[in-house]
Amino acid sequence: MDLFLHLCIMSLIYIIFALSLNLEVGYTGLFNFGHVAFFGIGAYTSALLTLHHFPFEISLLMALFLSGVSGFLLSLPSLRLRGDFFGIATLGFGEIIRMAFQNEVWLTKGPMGLPGIPKPKLLSIRFATLPQYLLLTLGFATLTFLILRGIIRSPFGRVLKGIREDEIAAEALGKNVYRFRIKSFVVGSIFAGLAGVLWGHYTTFISPNDFTIIETVLVLLIVVLGGKGTEWGPILGAILLIFFQESLRFLRLPPEYSRYLAPLQQMIFGSLLILMMRFRPEGLIKERREHGCLS
Amino acid sequence: MLELRGISKAFGGIRAVSNFSATVEKNKITGLIGPNGSGKTTLFNLITGFIQLDRGEIFFRRERIDGFPPHEIAHRGMIRTFQLSRLFPKMTVLENLLLAPQRQKGERLWILFLQRQKIRFEEKRNVEKALSLLEGVGLSSLKDELAENLSYGQQRLLEMIRLLMADPEMILLDEPTAGINPLMIRKIMDLILKMRELGKTFFIIEHNMDVIIECCDWVFVLDHGEKISEGTPPKIQNDPRVIEAYLGA
Repeated sequence: MDLFLHLCIMSLIYIIFALSLNLEVGYTGLFNFGHVAFFGIGAYTSALLTLHHFPFEISLLMALFLSGVSGFLLSLPSLRLRGDFFGIATLGFGEIIRMAFQNEVWLTKGPMGLPGIPKPKLLSIRFATLPQYLLLTLGFATLTFLILRGIIRSPFGRVLKGIREDEIAAEALGKNVYRFRIKSFVVGSIFAGLAGVLWGHYTTFISPNDFTIIETVLVLLIVVLGGKGTEWGPILGAILLIFFQESLRFLRLPPEYSRYLAPLQQMIFGSLLILMMRFRPEGLIKERREHGCLS
Repeated sequence: MLELRGISKAFGGIRAVSNFSATVEKNKITGLIGPNGSGKTTLFNLITGFIQLDRGEIFFRRERIDGFPPHEIAHRGMIRTFQLSRLFPKMTVLENLLLAPQRQKGERLWILFLQRQKIRFEEKRNVEKALSLLEGVGLSSLKDELAENLSYGQQRLLEMIRLLMADPEMILLDEPTAGINPLMIRKIMDLILKMRELGKTFFIIEHNMDVIIECCDWVFVLDHGEKISEGTPPKIQNDPRVIEAYLGA
């Protein structure tokens, strides 16, 4: 039972993480390869503040704020670049942030990581047990889904899709492509930060090794597998991949084989991505033709 | 309406447009013709801010607009089309139209969740306008079809009514009738003439002389980036310099 609850919580956290990336990759056409940076900034900010006895509400808000601000600062120069170059810039940013976690020992304790992150207490309710934490993540995931869906279904979201389809035509029709992209990127970063906060307080221990490019690949795979540019695709993708990934961990293998598990998992993920790209590039859920009207 | 003063642009050693001056009068249809590679599209790119000028000045409604980014120029009421149709392929016909209106409230992220009523109202009005425009050109049955599934002629027609949705003062068309059948050409020409009656100003690149003769009030002729002639269509047709440029005699 506990295992099931654990899988549900992890899935919900990755649903938030994947939905935030879907706004950028699926709807705006921004291939962000450094999305894990904002996950990490959220996790570290909230962890550090609560470890210094700030209330969770303030830590959470600061974490979202800092994720958004760093997203904004990164987007200013990098969104001047085109497609592939933008991807490379974000890739670099992801690594820079990880190196910062690793080397700013005075703040982050470096490779030692931050142990003992307290369970959150929101509006004087403590979310300590697994069912309680599940409720908390479910609440935040629902909120994230509703807010992002509201954005996607609005005229603003329509412009994002237009930019994804043909940025020159969008610009010619009077849309400030650069500004729209920045906004999309900042919103995506904020929600990635939220996922990071929830993850940090859940595992109670974070270290720089948790925020490698592998995490970005995983969340990108979730979005692509589930169906980018769809409302439900990332949710389906997150559930499938997290259940698969976490259940591998509990596979009872003889000890001499268990060290092959992690590389094996990455090989499976890699092949999965290739197979998807080849046979079903639109993902498990196909992009629906949506009406432009507000729901 | 639009005034170009001595504008020049070179790409490396090639002088794409050199010292071009022209005035496009309000509520007129002005043509721009010239052999392939004579700099017509470059000129459009310069006017609409997609390429920056080397020298010269551009005034639109008495305001200097050279150096502005394309979306700023669109906001000021000048919108262009491209040589090949540029729709949003994976969006529906209706969505393509709804993207066009300028300065929509619902396109501002910060008020999305605060002014839902106003945005919904604006959206409803835009949908109604889009549907009636589709009705007018006989495309209403395709409103939920993806734009990429339309025939090329239908795509060009959709592009024209997208301009009507955007409702600019001045419209720059880059070969609006290239590669489509005579029936569709007729439809597009009728739309242009009707929009002129509604007070719009046109600047059109066109190779089809029938279109030029029927629609245009004034024509500029470009060759190797320089203006070699201007005048009314009949005058242009008999200008020996124009004939020489085209036939290379």
